[in-house]
Amino acid sequence: MNFLKTLGQYFILMGKVFSRPEKARIYYRRTMFEMEALGFNSIVITAIISFFIGAVITIQMAINLESPFIPPMMIGYTTRETMVLEFASTVTALILAGKVGSSIASEIGTMRITEQIDALEIMGVNSASYLILPKVAASMIFFPLLTVLSIFVGVVGGYIMCMFGGVCAPEDYLTGLYFDFRPYSITYTLLKMVVFAYIITSVSAFYGYNARGNSLEVGRASTKAVVISCIVILLMDLVMTQLMLLR
Amino acid sequence: MIRAEHITKSFEGRTVLNDISATFEKGKTNLIIGRSGSGKTVFLKSLVGLHPVDSGEIYYGDTCFTRLGFRELKAIRRDMGMIFQGGALLDSSSVEENVKLPLDLFTTQSEHEKMERVNFCLERVNLHGANHLYPSELSGGMVKRVAIARAIVLNPKYLFCDEPNSGLDPMTSVVIDHLIQEITKEYNITTIINTHDMNSVMGIGEKIIYIHEGRKWWEGSSADILTSTNKELNEFVFASELAKAARAKL
Repeated sequence: MNFLKTLGQYFILMGKVFSRPEKARIYYRRTMFEMEALGFNSIVITAIISFFIGAVITIQMAINLESPFIPPMMIGYTTRETMVLEFASTVTALILAGKVGSSIASEIGTMRITEQIDALEIMGVNSASYLILPKVAASMIFFPLLTVLSIFVGVVGGYIMCMFGGVCAPEDYLTGLYFDFRPYSITYTLLKMVVFAYIITSVSAFYGYNARGNSLEVGRASTKAVVISCIVILLMDLVMTQLMLLR
Repeated sequence: MIRAEHITKSFEGRTVLNDISATFEKGKTNLIIGRSGSGKTVFLKSLVGLHPVDSGEIYYGDTCFTRLGFRELKAIRRDMGMIFQGGALLDSSSVEENVKLPLDLFTTQSEHEKMERVNFCLERVNLHGANHLYPSELSGGMVKRVAIARAIVLNPKYLFCDEPNSGLDPMTSVVIDHLIQEITKEYNITTIINTHDMNSVMGIGEKIIYIHEGRKWWEGSSADILTSTNKELNEFVFASELAKAARAKL
């Protein structure tokens, strides 16, 4: 019952968020600002994690695929597939749910308890749309770019591991990277990230917007936002994979 | 003029406002006073629609505010300005951006016109040159003054102040009180101030409503307070020994 009530509240909030903006120019400016705050500022963490994960996947593949029946280029191939299909979208989304999601929930939650949202409402501003829509738009535009970055940095991490770690010949690794490449995988992973971006921002904003009381409640809202975002991301990952890959 | 008729509001079965009726006049500083937890903030927030009332009606002039739809509510809110207890300035925006926001959203003025209006409002609250400061860089009094500037930037017809001088020293409180009173007279607006500061009550209270345990207990002017025989009001107003002694000398 409580779940249905929360779901209903979420959809009511989304109805407000996607109502016609007061002034498109202001929303455009805010979207640009949010792109920097939510997206641009996540480049470094995404790159660092992707680099090391790419390198680790390469080592693990080299260990596990060590067989005379498996060509060494499979190390590059499996690294690429892992990065493209799952890591660059799902794992990056989980990382961003922690970084961006908690930031959104605490920012909006603090605005709620310090009456900044009430102040916007009194001005006649649709506070839900003004605060949340630019964040949703910015993340849906920018996060797929982080996915592309993650794929690139991940495979570079694997390549560097081959060059300096000696886990496989760099030429074999490169051959594997090009082997049986399906552009549809990129479409699949980017589409997943667009959906995940929407989930992270909207769920986190929902918990922040409905925070009440004091800083303790904002902390709780922030934690809840991250946990729920992660669960919904994993659920949607399963659904989208079923729909898009098992055809 | 704002008229509240038989306002009742409960939270989770607990009645916070019980059948309150009051009229707030244009061009006057109307005060709502009462102890902490008496229901004054809920009443003020009900008047502006932040807390929907359970029963009763609120009229802004001849318009029944409680029956307005989403669009009409948004339109009438553009005639309102509100100063919140903590200022409620947007933390991520500078003083200038905070004051300019309503102009950006609801006017078609050029950037030059907007800046002229922002600077005029900031000068009006004696904050000339503070345009690029952020809320975290302001003192409590400055935050309140920026909130006043933001509240008046669209020339509102109604000004609501929720404990505008809480947390301020007595001298700054007087400055804020007088500023609100001057603005009220200058623009002939309906101002409602929620306070428990007795200096404000005696200094600028033209019409005062005393709320006690969610009910309107007393109504009158600052002069009437001194001669009132209302027990609860007297207990509240003359709570300190100093005030009791001062009253005894009258």
